[in-house]
Amino acid sequence: MKKLFKEFTKGITVENPTFGLVLGLCPTLAVSTSVVNAIGMGVAATFVLLGSNIIISLVRKLIPDQIRIPCFIVIIATFVTINELVMKAYFPALNASLGIFVPLIVVNCIVLGRAEAFACKKPVLDSIFDALGMGCGFTLALTIIAAIRESLGAGKFFGITLFNNYEPVTMMVLAPGALLTLGLLIAGVNYWHIKKNDLKEIKKLGCQKEGCENGCR
Amino acid sequence: MDVGKFMAIMISMVFINNFILSKFLGLCSFIGVSKEIKPAVSMGLAVTFVTTMSSIISWLIYRYLLIPFDITYLRTISFILVIASFVQFVEMVIRKTSPGLYRAFGIYLPLITVNCAVLGVAVLNSEMFFINGKSLPDSFLMSVAQGFFAGVGYLLAMTLMSGIRQKLEMIDAPRSLKGVPLAFIIASLMSLAFMGFNGFKF
Repeated sequence: MKKLFKEFTKGITVENPTFGLVLGLCPTLAVSTSVVNAIGMGVAATFVLLGSNIIISLVRKLIPDQIRIPCFIVIIATFVTINELVMKAYFPALNASLGIFVPLIVVNCIVLGRAEAFACKKPVLDSIFDALGMGCGFTLALTIIAAIRESLGAGKFFGITLFNNYEPVTMMVLAPGALLTLGLLIAGVNYWHIKKNDLKEIKKLGCQKEGCENGCR
Repeated sequence: MDVGKFMAIMISMVFINNFILSKFLGLCSFIGVSKEIKPAVSMGLAVTFVTTMSSIISWLIYRYLLIPFDITYLRTISFILVIASFVQFVEMVIRKTSPGLYRAFGIYLPLITVNCAVLGVAVLNSEMFFINGKSLPDSFLMSVAQGFFAGVGYLLAMTLMSGIRQKLEMIDAPRSLKGVPLAFIIASLMSLAFMGFNGFKF
C-alpha cells in the first residue's frame, strides 16, 4: 500500500509531468487560458492515461518488443476517440473551446511516455496509481498556469470577475503569456530544487568556516 | 486555383498563425532540439517534408475512405496510424537510398511521429476544408499548401530560436534560469514579436 501511494505522489511532486519532466507542453500552454478549460483538459488526459495504462499493463506480455510503439499508439488512440465522442455528446461547449487539442491527446508525450516507461513493465495496480498520479499532477500544473493567466489576463477566476476597475493584460491570455508563465514557473521550481540540494550539501559537509550563518558557498 | 487564397494561406501559416509561436504545436521538439542551429534546421526540414506528405495522405483518406463510409469518428486513430507507418516507411527508404540524407535527419524522423504539428495539420485540414462531409473546392491543393507552409513556419521558428540559444549558452544567467526556463522566456518574446503580424488583412 505504501508503495502504491508513492507511485501516486511522485507524479504530483518530483516527476510532475509539466514542471519536472517538461512533457506534454502543447496542450498545457494552449488550453490554459481559463481554469475551466484547464480542468477539462486535465480530466480528459487523466482518463486517457488511466485507460491506456490499464490496457497496456494487461497486455504487456503479449506485445512483441519491436512493434510496441504502434501497438501503444493504437490503444491510446482508441481511448482518445472514446473521450472525443463522450465530450462531443455531453460537454459540447468544452469540446468547442478545447478544439483541435482533444484529438491531439494521442500525441501527448505524457501518455506515450508513461506507457513506454512504466505501464509496459509494471503490474496493473501499480500502473493505475501511476496514471492517477500523473493525471493529477498534470491537472494541477495546468490549473496553476491557468489561474495565473486567467486572473492577470482577463481579471477573472473560474469565470468570476475578481477586480472591478482592472484593465486586463491581454498578452497573458495570448501565446506569449503562456510561454512566459511556464518559463518563470519552471525557473521557480528549479530555484527551489537548487536551494534544497545546496542545503543538503551544507548539512553533509558541515559548516567549517567561522562566522558563516547562511552556510558556506 | 485562386492565387490570393494561396498567398493568404502562406502568410497566415508562416507568420500569423505560426505553428509553434501562436498555436503551440510541436513545442516539445522546439524546446528539445533547438540547442544548435544544424540539428534544428534538419529537424525543421524533416518536419516540413512530413507535414506536406501527411496532408496529402490524410486528405486522401478523409475524402475517399472516411467520408464515403461515414466513419469520420475514426479520424484520429486512422490519421495517427497512417502517419506513423508513413514515417517508418520514409525512414527505411532514406536509409537504403541516401546515407547522407539519412545522417542529416535520420534520427529526427522517428521523433516526428509523436510531433503534434504533424497530426495537428492533418486534423486542421479536415476541419477547415471539409464542411458537413463535403470537400470545399480546391481543398486538396489548399491542404497541401497548408501542410507545406506550416512546416516552413516551423522551420523559421526553429532556426531563429536555435540561433538565439546558441548565443545564450555563453551567457552568465542565474542557475535556476539556465536551459529550459530561459528558452521559454525567449520564445515568449519571439511570439510577442510575431503577434505584430496579426495586423495583416486580406
